[in-house]
Amino acid sequence: MRLLSNLGQWRSVAKEVVDRTMIAVKFLCFLHVTNNYVCTATHVYGPSMLPTLNLTGDVLIAERVSPRLGKLGPGDLVLVRSPVNPNRIVTKRIVGREGDRVTYYDPRHGDIAQTAVVPKGHVWIQGDNIYVSCDSRHFGPVPYGLIEGKVFFRAWPPDGFGRLGY
Amino acid sequence: MGTGSFLWNFTKKFITFGVITVTVSDRYVTIVPVRGGSMSPTLNPKTSSSFGKISDDYVLVEKFCLEKYKFSRGDVVVFRGIIQKRNCSPMNHKETHIKRIVALPEEWFGAHRNYDVLKIPEGHCWVQGDNAASSMDSNSFGPIPLGLVRGRVTHVVWPPQRIGAVKKTSPEGFSS
Repeated sequence: MRLLSNLGQWRSVAKEVVDRTMIAVKFLCFLHVTNNYVCTATHVYGPSMLPTLNLTGDVLIAERVSPRLGKLGPGDLVLVRSPVNPNRIVTKRIVGREGDRVTYYDPRHGDIAQTAVVPKGHVWIQGDNIYVSCDSRHFGPVPYGLIEGKVFFRAWPPDGFGRLGY
Repeated sequence: MGTGSFLWNFTKKFITFGVITVTVSDRYVTIVPVRGGSMSPTLNPKTSSSFGKISDDYVLVEKFCLEKYKFSRGDVVVFRGIIQKRNCSPMNHKETHIKRIVALPEEWFGAHRNYDVLKIPEGHCWVQGDNAASSMDSNSFGPIPLGLVRGRVTHVVWPPQRIGAVKKTSPEGFSS
């Protein structure tokens, strides 16, 4: 008799545990889906986007919808998985879409401006600070599939709070 | 009232189920069909144009390798397309391909077609289909960035008579 009541108690405890875990799992899954399909927040730093973004670090909010729909154009700030190191994500500005003719200037490799045509399925990305940015001038146009998101909002620091881009 | 709450419960369950499925397939494992014969005989060994759909293999793809982007030579990987084929939808960057990695970043690699020896750039890899005759691979578009890789193929799960692990080397054996 005592054993039976104990068993019932254990069963209710187990049920409670399962319920709580399910809530946590659901929450994490919703978080993942929002983060991967709607919008994500990232912390970016470094000198390559200098006049636009700060050296010390900004918190940016990027949306995932327009890269998926292919609605990106020149001038958009994007998060790109670096073709040189796949573990890093870099923030750059799109300069040319597929088929565009891009004229660029690399202060580190002479004074002559060069021209390139962006191949199909690729984009040309460049940092705003052309003196220290490692971008398409260095590794060439990047495949569209590497674009992770379009930055549209800055959340930190407080004086830069607001929409980015135009 | 009764139908309303029933519908609401059903929708809730449905959405939860969908969200969990998407998360698991994004982060851990997923199952994808193999289209075309570019990886035969490893995958889709007998694909004929007449009943291609019926004999398609379904493969298990694991995503744990994406945490560090560590791969080894001979891995069969799924990656996002970078080329836009003619007569295809403009959504082509979402299309995925399955090929075998034959050279890793910063390796010297002798391409079989034109006997050039070339160095794979940092962060890139060279992919080839096992069926060299009908494969759209690095021989036509060059090395691809590792960032495009979406997972590693580990097992064939369908059809039942072909269930089994995918081997790390291609049947012909690449000499590298």
